[in-house]
Amino acid sequence: MNENITNNLMMIDDEPVAIEGEKNLLEVIRKAGIELPTFCYYSELSVYGACRMCMVENKYGSMEAACSTPPRPGMQIYTNTPKLRRYRKMILELLLSNHCRDCTACEKNGSCRLQQIAARFDIHRIRFENTAPDHKYDDSSLCITRDAGKCILCGDCVRVCSEVQHVGAIEFANRGSKMKVSTSFEIPISESECVGCGQCAAVCPTAAIIVKNDAHRLWRELNREDTLVVAQIAPAVRTSVAEALGYKGENVMGKIVACLKKMGINKVFDTSTSADLTVIEEANEFIGRIEKGEKLPLFTSCCPAWVKFCENRYPELLPNVSTCRSPMQMFASVINEQYKDCGKRLVSVAIMPCTAKKAEAAREEFRTADGKQMVDYVITTQELIRMIKESGIVFADIEPEAVDMPFGTISGAGVIFGVTGGVTEAVIRYAVNDPAGLKTLAYEGPRGLDGIKEFSVMLGDKPLRIAVVSGLKNAEEIIERLKNGDHYDLIEVMACPNGCINGAGQPPTNSDGRQKRSKTLYKEDKMSVLKRSQDNPLMNDFYSGVLKGKVHELLHVDYVKK
Amino acid sequence: MENKIRDRAALCAERNAYADSFMHEKKKILVCGGTGCVAGGSLDIYARLIELIKEKGLNCEVELAHEPHGDTVGVKKSGCHGFCEMGPLVRIEPFGYLYTKVQLSDCEEIVEKTIVNDEHIERLAYKKDGVVYKEQENIPFYKKQTRLVLEHCGHIDATSIKEYLAIGGYQAFEKALFDMTPEDIINEITESNLRGRGGGGFPTGRKWAQVARQKSPIKYIVCNGDEGDPGAFMDRSVMEGDPHKMLEGMMIAGIATGAKEGYIYVRAEYPLAVERLRTAIAQAEEAGLLGDNILGTEFSFRIHINRGAGAFVCGEGSALTASIEGKRGMPRVKPPRTVEHGLFDQPTVLNNVETFANVPQIIIKGAAWYKSIGPENSPGTKAFALTGNISNTGLIEVPMGTTLREVIFDIGGGMRGGKEFKAVQIGGPSGGCLTPDMLDLPLDFDSLKKAGAMIGSGGLVVMDSSTCMVEVARFFMNFTQNESCGKCVPCREGTKRMLEILERIVAGNGQDGDIELLDELAETISATALCGLGKTAASPVISTLKYFRDEYEAHIYDKKCPAGACKKLISYQIDPELCKGCSKCARNCPVGAISGEIKSPFKIDAAKCIKCGACASSCNFKAIKQI
Repeated sequence: MNENITNNLMMIDDEPVAIEGEKNLLEVIRKAGIELPTFCYYSELSVYGACRMCMVENKYGSMEAACSTPPRPGMQIYTNTPKLRRYRKMILELLLSNHCRDCTACEKNGSCRLQQIAARFDIHRIRFENTAPDHKYDDSSLCITRDAGKCILCGDCVRVCSEVQHVGAIEFANRGSKMKVSTSFEIPISESECVGCGQCAAVCPTAAIIVKNDAHRLWRELNREDTLVVAQIAPAVRTSVAEALGYKGENVMGKIVACLKKMGINKVFDTSTSADLTVIEEANEFIGRIEKGEKLPLFTSCCPAWVKFCENRYPELLPNVSTCRSPMQMFASVINEQYKDCGKRLVSVAIMPCTAKKAEAAREEFRTADGKQMVDYVITTQELIRMIKESGIVFADIEPEAVDMPFGTISGAGVIFGVTGGVTEAVIRYAVNDPAGLKTLAYEGPRGLDGIKEFSVMLGDKPLRIAVVSGLKNAEEIIERLKNGDHYDLIEVMACPNGCINGAGQPPTNSDGRQKRSKTLYKEDKMSVLKRSQDNPLMNDFYSGVLKGKVHELLHVDYVKK
Repeated sequence: MENKIRDRAALCAERNAYADSFMHEKKKILVCGGTGCVAGGSLDIYARLIELIKEKGLNCEVELAHEPHGDTVGVKKSGCHGFCEMGPLVRIEPFGYLYTKVQLSDCEEIVEKTIVNDEHIERLAYKKDGVVYKEQENIPFYKKQTRLVLEHCGHIDATSIKEYLAIGGYQAFEKALFDMTPEDIINEITESNLRGRGGGGFPTGRKWAQVARQKSPIKYIVCNGDEGDPGAFMDRSVMEGDPHKMLEGMMIAGIATGAKEGYIYVRAEYPLAVERLRTAIAQAEEAGLLGDNILGTEFSFRIHINRGAGAFVCGEGSALTASIEGKRGMPRVKPPRTVEHGLFDQPTVLNNVETFANVPQIIIKGAAWYKSIGPENSPGTKAFALTGNISNTGLIEVPMGTTLREVIFDIGGGMRGGKEFKAVQIGGPSGGCLTPDMLDLPLDFDSLKKAGAMIGSGGLVVMDSSTCMVEVARFFMNFTQNESCGKCVPCREGTKRMLEILERIVAGNGQDGDIELLDELAETISATALCGLGKTAASPVISTLKYFRDEYEAHIYDKKCPAGACKKLISYQIDPELCKGCSKCARNCPVGAISGEIKSPFKIDAAKCIKCGACASSCNFKAIKQI
């Protein structure tokens, strides 16, 4: 054995590598700069160990799965041996022999992990009969589309749905080669417990679960003389577009606006504006409830997947959910009110980091009297990226543009809605008038990417207990604490871990990517002149203009037990 | 049981009382109540015998009395005698007579002649090669066996804790509870070198010690009764025939490791075993041997039964515990191991039925005695289920290290119909086959491993020259493929592809390169699959390829099945020289594939022929040949 091997060293391909608290060999190997292939490994999920692609050979010639083997000092492993190459190719061949190979007509073409790994391993010939199952679509959901025919049974969706979200809408059914991912009794996904968060699609390596694609429907609405297309862009979208388009930049809001205009969208606004409205409405609602001491704690209502989860599992808590519509729906009301008499057909578009927004837009509560959706199309960041690519726009070259008037101003408080804790911080900024105290609070309270954050804040002489959670498993955890007698006044819930920056409509990323996205939003907040929602001059215009006499009708909703 | 047993003295008193009563059953009829004999009508025989004895005015005792009340004739439903081939079986004591293939109509004669007049009924005795075997113990099938785990099967009422107590039951538990420390128990088991009978052969004492060492206040004892190998029924027989012995083993494990709860995972397809276990647990609870503060000590222990839905993979430890927890029965990655994070994430002893059933005798008779049986590294006995083309199918128990030859030819009575022995599949679908030149191989964990097979849970499928080894491989691959949980890619997809290739080979569509592809798949699956089921899934193919490669080649290249078993590869032809034109074959053909004029040679229409062979066996002139 090499004498270099000290207490925390192991040998990977004859090179010493330090073990620094990694949970498994895979992490040590990746740290050493070797990209072992995996289909079923996610550091945030439990180790499943099913794809067997990350096998490594130890010095005795036997195989170990790197994902599920703890690293031990003195270990000697090899990551690329003749045996391993043979096994990996065989495993790939086995997967491919049972998988649809119509790559050019697949939504995941170019971003499919099976395709990428097959290319890496130089697979050209498959020695087994092609037994790819027929496509079996479930497009009952407005948020995601399933195609069981493209499933490789890595179980990522099943685990994210149960471990991270505690929803459990899908599970494995049947055994052996008949195994499949299924809802209970194979009911359509829309009738299941699914809340539309789309995290399953975010982790799916193939196109077995994809975000519902509505881009083609939007294209048909563009560049029509008789139509006014108005779009709003959610805060989180600006943080994730650049990378996917091969552009180095963080906040690309201006470029996105320019792209949308170029594609033929007539008016472009920033959902941060209506987030300011949400802050004012929600803060007033909160203060009102505190004063009356009723229906507390107040749960936020911006996240439609959370609202749906609450309806499904905790209908008794619905009275505690804020009556404020989400910023998207508030803006939709305002846009509808502003342009209803413009003489053209109004098409309202929302560019969102979120799959559940697609279902929110279709809710009965958010339709006009004649049944039309207030938001006609919800386009996720991923769909936006594809539309930009399709339009031929060179993202690097397009000049940024500002959003349109009359709704052109935002506050920093509205922008940080895109990350967990943002709503809470914005509400506190509105309610608590103590600039110095707020600054410290921001860093000790709602900020950071932890799944559960709890802190207290003084409202006048009254201490308030606040919880900020993201990920529905954490929501359940807080509700359990609440039911066990813990006291809270305000609970912010975002269904996706870390909030909208990690929404399933966004291009998938890792924890570093999420940190970066979060920083982008806080940076914009820091750079903005207006820090508090009530300082946004547009608010006065709204309340004395389009909203006059219609605040409750346009900005609120009652989620009731069905 | 009338009263709860409160302490050690009371337990001894109860045992003595029942032992005394047991001795007063001067004559006893033991009707086999194992699944095989029950299917053959043994329960009706049992009821009829009771009726007849009562009619005769004899003092019939069905349930062992607490106080002896004169001399009685006991009529009991026992556990499986093992000689299932000859069932329904009835044993008469004190003579030791074994009556075979007993019918309801034989009951009167049995009572009249044997019970009343002490006469032996030769008609019902086992006969072989002209010899009549009166006593069970002299029958060759039993003579070479050493029945320790199965000692009570066939000898006591399987549904009675009283009879179990009468023959010294729960003595080992008593000793472990009062005279031994947990360390003593673990040392004794470790010293005995008892190895897990479920297939892995892991030292039981070491496993218990690992669990005992864990700090967690909650620990579990889990008994694996999910016996799933095709043709294996050793554990079932213990659960049905001597359930208390297994419970006693689990309770001793509880004392040794500090566990307070035990789970028995038994397949729902074993309804009789479930019923007998339920009865046994209820009896033990009623007697105060299970529950809180057992026999006035600090020790508390409860046992629950969990019925499995019949997935083979649930015999794998982590899949089994997942299934008990109500989750999908799917193996998980290890570490953590079951001894650290097992059932409900707590330290868990997981042993199979036979292993637990070995424990009481080791505690009573000691490690040194146990080690005197069988080879040093694999001491003790092992139960095997004999099936296939062997004369005496059934359940046997022999010392480890007994040779295959003794098992197959002495105990098993050789090949059925006198055919030539070709191979034996050992260890079920995860095992391998052994060939005639390995007949003198001792059956123990290490010798078999060296030979590329495994003892598994103890299924022995014996095959003669008419068995096609490619078809055997296909059969087991079909089983494994169906039973794969579907989690890891090599097992789920790989076994499917291996089966696909084997199916085409036996159908005569094998291609050049198939053997190499099978080799490559087998190697990949064995090296990379997640759990034991997957890692051994290819074993039947690997071993048949090793010993019978020529059979594979004959199927692929010559389109011939040397054993003449693969229907797609054989055909029947009528030799016109020998055919007399009698038309018997045509009349026997179930599909009308044979035609011809009387007194001139007949012909077989190959397109219609289903290759059933009815024609060949009906021909008086040997004119029809399989080619």
